[in-house]
Amino acid sequence: MSKSGDDKGDPTLAKWYDLFSRGARDWLRHDEKVRESVREQLPQIIAGGDVINESARTVRVPVRMLEHYHFRLRRPGESQGVGQGEAKPGDVLADANADRGARDKGPGGQDQGEIQLLLEIKIDDIVDWLWEEMQLPNLKARVGPADSTDWVREGWDRRGPRSRLDRRRSFKEFVKRRGQQQQSGPTGFTDDDLRFRQLARRRQPAIHAVVFFMLDVSGSMSDRDRRLAKTFFFWVVQGLRREYRSLETVFVAHTTEAWEFTEPEFFQVTGTGGTVASTGLNKVREIIDARYSPGRHNIYLFYASDGDNSVGDHAESQTALADIVQKACYSGYVEVASGLSRQLATETGRLFGELASQGQPAGSYVINDFNDVWGAVRHFFTAEHAAQSGAGPEGSQ
Amino acid sequence: MSDPADWQSYVRRLEELAVRSGLSFYPVEFEAVPDSFMMEIAVYGLPVRMPHWSFGVRYIYQLIQRHMGHSRIFEVVFPGNPGHAYLAQSNGLAENVLVTAHVLGHADFARNNMMFRRCQEQVSEHIVEHAANHARQIQQAIETHGMQKVESVLDAALALEQHIDVDQKLRRERYPEYLPDTKALVDDDFRRRFAALDPAAAAGAFDSRKRAPLPPHPERDILWFLATYAPEMESWERDIFLAVREESFYFFPVFATQIMNEGWASYWHARLLREADFVPQQAYLDAIKCHSDVVRPIAAGQQVALAINPYHLGFSMWERIIEREGLETARQIMREDDDFSFVRNHLDRELAEQLGLFRFNARNDGHIKVLGHDLHELQDALLAPKYNFGAPSVSVAHVRNDGTLELEHDHGTDGRGLDLERGRKVLDYVQRVWRRPVLLRTIDQNGASLELAAS
Repeated sequence: MSKSGDDKGDPTLAKWYDLFSRGARDWLRHDEKVRESVREQLPQIIAGGDVINESARTVRVPVRMLEHYHFRLRRPGESQGVGQGEAKPGDVLADANADRGARDKGPGGQDQGEIQLLLEIKIDDIVDWLWEEMQLPNLKARVGPADSTDWVREGWDRRGPRSRLDRRRSFKEFVKRRGQQQQSGPTGFTDDDLRFRQLARRRQPAIHAVVFFMLDVSGSMSDRDRRLAKTFFFWVVQGLRREYRSLETVFVAHTTEAWEFTEPEFFQVTGTGGTVASTGLNKVREIIDARYSPGRHNIYLFYASDGDNSVGDHAESQTALADIVQKACYSGYVEVASGLSRQLATETGRLFGELASQGQPAGSYVINDFNDVWGAVRHFFTAEHAAQSGAGPEGSQ
Repeated sequence: MSDPADWQSYVRRLEELAVRSGLSFYPVEFEAVPDSFMMEIAVYGLPVRMPHWSFGVRYIYQLIQRHMGHSRIFEVVFPGNPGHAYLAQSNGLAENVLVTAHVLGHADFARNNMMFRRCQEQVSEHIVEHAANHARQIQQAIETHGMQKVESVLDAALALEQHIDVDQKLRRERYPEYLPDTKALVDDDFRRRFAALDPAAAAGAFDSRKRAPLPPHPERDILWFLATYAPEMESWERDIFLAVREESFYFFPVFATQIMNEGWASYWHARLLREADFVPQQAYLDAIKCHSDVVRPIAAGQQVALAINPYHLGFSMWERIIEREGLETARQIMREDDDFSFVRNHLDRELAEQLGLFRFNARNDGHIKVLGHDLHELQDALLAPKYNFGAPSVSVAHVRNDGTLELEHDHGTDGRGLDLERGRKVLDYVQRVWRRPVLLRTIDQNGASLELAAS
């Protein structure tokens, strides 16, 4: 345009920059890159047990803005600059650590004030990413009643019952029409502007699954062991939720006895005394018999312990476990052996290992620290998948 | 928000007044744009520029700054024939009158200052259009080759944007492939006798030409070197490097004459406004108030400032030069100097004292101490961040036979080594376009030499 500003008067002639922000576009690209880099480091980030919050469906990850790097000189311990004002040589203008803000404006503070972003990521997204990243197979349900159908929203139509009027969408149509039409034409809503949500019948897998988490709470299990187990259980639930629309969880803790708990209580429980795995396994059997028939439910069992089962319990646990394995889709055992590297398979580890080598859907894995949780999740889901596809299960680790 | 017509009726009269006062400039096209667009111009440096995520980061910082009320941009002007000036729509009438006069000062500077002229001869007077064209080409490249690929080229090119050599031409020839043959045709007794013995051999049977090393001398223009000699770069990738380089050629004089240029424009907006008897009294007073806000060296309510306001420093220097030596001499200085010669030759002890300039030392723990008023040290400290386009002196030293690129940091000039972490990251960027190993020599904090590598 020219100085005379003759095209100012015409409001229809919108400038391109009114409609488009390059800054925002490049910011979105930056944001996308941040998400990508978070995604790459995801296993490390979520391995820290702290991100898990039972009720929250999102995880918050603090991230720094990405820096586009240039060659820079090393930041010296001190730097010189020129200032202006009333000051004599020797005057101290700021004390050490007095005010960071003041320094940022000085020549030493080439870095702009750090801004931290708090990325909120949906747990569902994380699980999707992880499954993609680790190429974990999607499980197939073993049993389940025939698919049922359900109504889902799908598309819009110009006609429909008033209760399904989509106001927002209708308003958009109204704006669109107003933008297109010439001077003449109705100024208010017309029937053609209205949009109604449509429903369609969709097949939904109606498959029930139940997962038993069994935890050894005997005196030998430390707090850290328990947090490891908790983190593992958390991601197992997330993984199974991908597959099953209704997933029930049952929590069983045992020492020399076994109890069923609710989820919040479960991780608080501390017991004393020895470990008799068969009590827990029998408890699980009891619950299966009473509440979950294998014909209607896909049953999973995950058991976390430090592996010290009492010596006399071998036969009993073997029977109990064999019975469960018959009924369950998969039974897994994680050994939380924090800090200890074990040469030999423990009593319980052997138990699961034997079953696995017989071709039963079972497996075991040792977790030493939080980074291993991922290995364990991967191990069980791939082993479970292999067991399903009949290729024979993988042996214990 | 003022009626733009109000201000535009003054533009013509201000231009006439400026010409009568001796300014000479190409026509300037003024355009009032929304604040959001002003902000983007400030972020990108050009009205339409290539997309890159790093601009998004700057954009957010700028947005935050604006929300905190720290920065407000009145105008941005692009030299050229015609020049383009963008004024914020939120400017009041008085601000616009002031800004118009300011823009004319810039336009005069850009047309006459030697550094500007030299760079404009290279990039032509249509950088705004060129940059828009680059942006379009790169957008097309993104559509053809995908965001990932284009982005990794831009990562490297923009990371090296300061590493150009404005003493060379924008369009450079490749180096000669062979060393000049110094021995070949020495016509002496020996050669004549040799020729008599064996005419065939003497006629050049042996090739004394030697292949020149690459590069023949340390090459500061890394962007050009990579675009020209990268072994496996595709032509569209080279184009991106050259586009970034061309824009850097445009940015260089703006960077290297900031104090002079802003000072000159500030001097002229103050003077034109004083002489513009057609501006109503109230608008004049408002404009003067705005002027004193812009050239204020020290923030309100503070005793000292730890950074120099280039508007104020330049303005004070020009005012004094014109007062003492007359307008003609001032115009000659404006034509011939850049910030280095300007500060060294024309910032004298008396003025430094009058302005209360001092040198200070800032420790990383926040301790800041005033060092002194010595003029030469002041000048050095003022100019230190401006050397070499504000970047460390890194140059291409050698390309090995296996294609390994060797970069050398001249730590002697810079006084200390590179930031190693950042250096490594930049090497990673470069390696992705060079596609052979890349290494860089610098020194560590103890002064021992050190080699960074990416392969």
